[in-house]
Amino acid sequence: MLGRLNWDALPDVPITIGGAVMLVVMGIVAVAAMTYFKKWRWLWTNWLTSLDPKKIGIMYIIVSVLMLLRGAADALMLRAQQATSAGNSHGVISADTFQQVFSAHGSIMIFFVAMGFMFGLINLIVPLQIGSRDVAFPFLNSVSFWLFVAGMVLINVSLVIGEFSTAGWLAYPPLSELRYSPGVGVDYWIWSLQIAGVGSLLSGINFLVTILKMRAPGMTLMRMPIFCWSVLCSMVLVAFAFPILTATLLMLGLDRSLGMHFFTSDFGGNAMMYVNLIWAWGHPEVYILILPAFGIFSEVVATFSQKKLFGYTSMVWALGAITVLSFIVWLHHFFTMGAGADVNAFFGIMTMIISIPTGVKVFNWLFTMYRGRIIFSTPMLWFLGFVLTFAIGGMTGVLMSVPAIDFQMHNSLFLVAHFHNMIIGGVLFGYFAGYMYWFPKITGFKLNERLGNIAFWCWLIGFFFAFMPLYVLGIMGATRRLDHYDASLGWQGLFIVAGLGVLIIAAGVAFQLLQLAVSVWTHFKHPQRNADLTGDPWNGRTLEWATSSPAAEYNFAVIPTVTDRDAWWKIKQDRQTKKPGNPIVYEDIAVPKNTGVALFVAAGSFMVGFGIIWHIWWLALAGLAVVIASVIHRLNDDDTEQVIPAAEIAASEAARMSRLKQKVAV
Amino acid sequence: MGTKTKIALAISPFVILVGLLVVLAQGHTFAILETQGPIAAQEKRLLAFAFGLSLFVIVPVYVLTVFIAWKYRAGNKKAHYNPNWGHSRQLETIWWGIPCFIILVLSVITWRSSHSLDPARAISSSQPTLQVQVVALQWKWLFIYPQQGIATVDELHIPAGRPVQFSITSDAPMNSFWIPQLGGQMYAMSGMTTTLHLQADKTGTYQGVSANISGEGFADMRFTTTASSEDDFSTWVQQTRQSATRLNNSSYRTLAEPSSDNVAMSFASVEHNLYDTIVTKYMSDETTETSAHGH
Repeated sequence: MLGRLNWDALPDVPITIGGAVMLVVMGIVAVAAMTYFKKWRWLWTNWLTSLDPKKIGIMYIIVSVLMLLRGAADALMLRAQQATSAGNSHGVISADTFQQVFSAHGSIMIFFVAMGFMFGLINLIVPLQIGSRDVAFPFLNSVSFWLFVAGMVLINVSLVIGEFSTAGWLAYPPLSELRYSPGVGVDYWIWSLQIAGVGSLLSGINFLVTILKMRAPGMTLMRMPIFCWSVLCSMVLVAFAFPILTATLLMLGLDRSLGMHFFTSDFGGNAMMYVNLIWAWGHPEVYILILPAFGIFSEVVATFSQKKLFGYTSMVWALGAITVLSFIVWLHHFFTMGAGADVNAFFGIMTMIISIPTGVKVFNWLFTMYRGRIIFSTPMLWFLGFVLTFAIGGMTGVLMSVPAIDFQMHNSLFLVAHFHNMIIGGVLFGYFAGYMYWFPKITGFKLNERLGNIAFWCWLIGFFFAFMPLYVLGIMGATRRLDHYDASLGWQGLFIVAGLGVLIIAAGVAFQLLQLAVSVWTHFKHPQRNADLTGDPWNGRTLEWATSSPAAEYNFAVIPTVTDRDAWWKIKQDRQTKKPGNPIVYEDIAVPKNTGVALFVAAGSFMVGFGIIWHIWWLALAGLAVVIASVIHRLNDDDTEQVIPAAEIAASEAARMSRLKQKVAV
Repeated sequence: MGTKTKIALAISPFVILVGLLVVLAQGHTFAILETQGPIAAQEKRLLAFAFGLSLFVIVPVYVLTVFIAWKYRAGNKKAHYNPNWGHSRQLETIWWGIPCFIILVLSVITWRSSHSLDPARAISSSQPTLQVQVVALQWKWLFIYPQQGIATVDELHIPAGRPVQFSITSDAPMNSFWIPQLGGQMYAMSGMTTTLHLQADKTGTYQGVSANISGEGFADMRFTTTASSEDDFSTWVQQTRQSATRLNNSSYRTLAEPSSDNVAMSFASVEHNLYDTIVTKYMSDETTETSAHGH
C-alpha cells in the first residue's frame, strides 16, 4: 500500500531531526496563525488563485527568499563542517549528512532561489516594461508557478520523510544509479527538479511569446528596454535547454524506477552521455540566470547615472552572441573526461570567446556612468559591487577555459570559488539590485536605504571572505566536497576564514530581512516617509514607471504609445514642451478571472513525484489522473475573463490624479 | 563621517582579508605552483601567462570603475554631464577590438597547449616509459604495474625522471585521478580506459587525491606517490615481489568491496590480465564501442 515508505523514513541523525522538527513547527505555526487571524479565504482569493503576474511574481520571490534561508543554512553547515574537520576531528556532521547538505545546497540555490527570484522579477516587470496588461498565457503562468512550488515542497519533504541525494547537485551516474545510491535521495532530487523544471519550461515559452507578441504599439524590438532583451534571450535559452533537462532526468528516473540502462555502467549504459546531456542544459542554465541580471544592471546604471544607456545596439548584439555561444561550450565542464585535444581546444576557445561580449557589456555600463550624474543608491552599489567581483570571476573563468589549465583546477575549490563568484557576484547581486530598484513599483513604497546599504556591505565583504580563501585552497590542491581532510595540509585556517565570510553574508541576509520589516512598519506607521505616490520614484526611463505604484491589476489604464527607446523618459520630456492632447478616453478592460485549477495540477504533480519516489504506484497514477482531469476541466471552461468597466477605471485614475496633485500642492 | 574615514572603512576589511590569507597560507604547500614534474610545470607556466594576459582587461576595469564612479558622482557639479550621449563608434570599436585580440592570442595558445599537453600524449624521453594501470575503487586506489607484475593499494611508486603512462579505469562510481604536483587530473570511469602521462623530476613524496565525489568514503580516498631513484625503485619492486600477498580474482573481489580509511597494501603478483578483465566486465558483446578513448 505504501511502497517503500515506513517508519524508518523519519530522520534519525540529530541535525536532520532538528531541521525536520523546525520545518514541521514552522508549518504548524503558519497554519495556526492563518486560522487564528481567519486569513484563509483572503489568501485563497487574493493570492493563491490569482492569475495576475504581479501577484504571481511576489509569490515567486517569497518562496525563493524562504529557500534562500534554507540554502544559506545549508551553507553554514558546510562551512562549519569544513572549518572543524581537520585531522582527527571529523567535524560536526557525518560524511553522509555532509553530502546530502551540499547536494541540497546546490540544487536549492539554483532551482528554487535563483530561478524563483528570476521568474519573480520577470513576472513583475516584463509586462509593465513592454506596456502590456498581462502575459500571453495567464493560466499557464499560474501552472508554472505552482509546479515550481510543488517541486520546492517535494525537495523539502525529503528533510522530514526519507533522505536527500548525496550525489552532488548534478547527480552524475553511476553514483546516482541504484547500484550505488539505492535509497530515495536521488529520486527526490530527480522528481523535485523534474516538476519545477517543467514549470520553468512553460514559463519560458510564456514570456517568449509575451515579449514577442504583446509589446505596446511603437515598441519595435530595437526600442525594447535592455532588461526585456535580456529576458527574451534568457527565455530562448529556457525553451531550448529545459527540454534537455526534462529528457535527461526522465532517463535517469527510468533507470532507477524501471531498471533501465541509459546511464548505468553495465548493459550498454553510458554515464558520459549523461554528463554531456546534463551540461548541455547546465551551461545554458548559467546564462539563463545571468542574462536577466545583466538586463537589470543596464536599467539600474542608466537610471542612477541619469543618462541614456551607452551602446544599446552593442548591448543587444552582445546578448545575442552570448545566447548563441552558451550552447556550444558545455564540454568545458569536463575537459578531464578523455576527449581528444581537438575537441578540448574547440570548446576551450568557444568558452573564452564568450568573455568578449561579456566584457563589452561591462565597458558599456562603465561608459553609461561616464558623463553621468551618478546617485549612489543601494541598487547602484550592488552594480558597482558586481563589477568588482564579476571581473575576478570572469578572469578565473577565462583561466579555466584553457583545457591544460583546467586539468589542474577542475573539481578543486578554485572552481567552487569561480562559480560562486559568478552566481553570487553576478546573478544574486543583480537580482538584489532589481529587488531594491523595483520594490516601490510593486508595493508602493521604498525600502530603507541605510539598512540596504549595510546589507550590501555585509554581502560584499562576506563574499570576499568566504570565497577568496577557496581560490587559495584550490591552488593548494584542495578538492571540493571534502567532509574531512588531513591536518598537516594546513587548510584549516583558510576554511575558518571562509566560514567567517559566510557568517558575514548571513548578517547581510539578516539586514535585508530587517530592511524589509522596517520598511513595511514605516509604511504602515508613517506612510508619508517612504510612500511612492508618483509611480516614478527614481526618475525612471522605461514604461513600468509610467503607471501607478503599485500598478493596477490592468497595469495601464491607457496603453502608451512608444516613440523612443527610453519610452517614459521621452513621454516626460514631451510633456514639458507639448500641450496635453485630447482628453483621455477609457475603455473596458478584460482581465483573467481567478482560478485554483493550477493548484490542482501542482498537487497532482506532487502526488506523481512522491508516489514514484516511494514506489506508491497507485498514488502516482491518482496524481496523474488529477493533473489530466484538472487540465480537461480548464479547457472546457469558457468563462475565464471578467471585465472592468471603463467607468471604474476612470474613477480610480481620477482618484490617483487628485492624490498626485495634493502631493504636488504639499 | 568624513569621506576619508568612509573610504578607509570600506577598504580595511579587504586589507585584513589579504593579511589573513597571507599569514594562514604561509608555509604550506601550494601544490599547483610548487610543481615537481614537467607536465605540472608547463601547466603552471600556462596559468601564469593567461593570468598576466587577463590583467590587461581586469586592471582597466578596476581603474575605470573607481575613477568614473568617483568623478561623475552626482555631488560633483563640475564634471561634464551629457545625458543623451549613448554611442561612440570609436570607443565601442576599442572594447570589441582589444578583447578580440587578447582572446585571439589566447586561442592560439589554447590550441597549441591542448595538443602539447594532451594527457594521452606520450612524454618524449630517452628513458623507457613505466606503465601503471589505475583502478578507482570504493574508496581506494589500486595500482597495477604490468611490467613488474606487482600491485599496490593507496601508494604509488614511480621512478623519478622516467615518464609514466597511466591507464585509468574505475570499478566503482566515476572518480578523478589527480597528483597536483605532477600534473592535471583524469577521470576514472567504469567500462573504459582513459590515459594520462606524467613524470616526476625529482625523488620525493607527493599527495594524490580523488577529485570527484564517489560516495561516502570519498574524502579519505587519498594516496601517496613516492618518486624514487631508479635503484631504489628496483629494490622496492624486488621487495614487493617477495611479500606473501597475491592479487587474484578472488582477493580482488574482496578488495573491491567498499571500505574507508584504508591502509596501504602491496601484492607480490597480479592475476593475468586483471585490468582488462575489470574494464571489459561491464561490456556486453555489442557495446564494445563505449570505450572512452578514441585515439
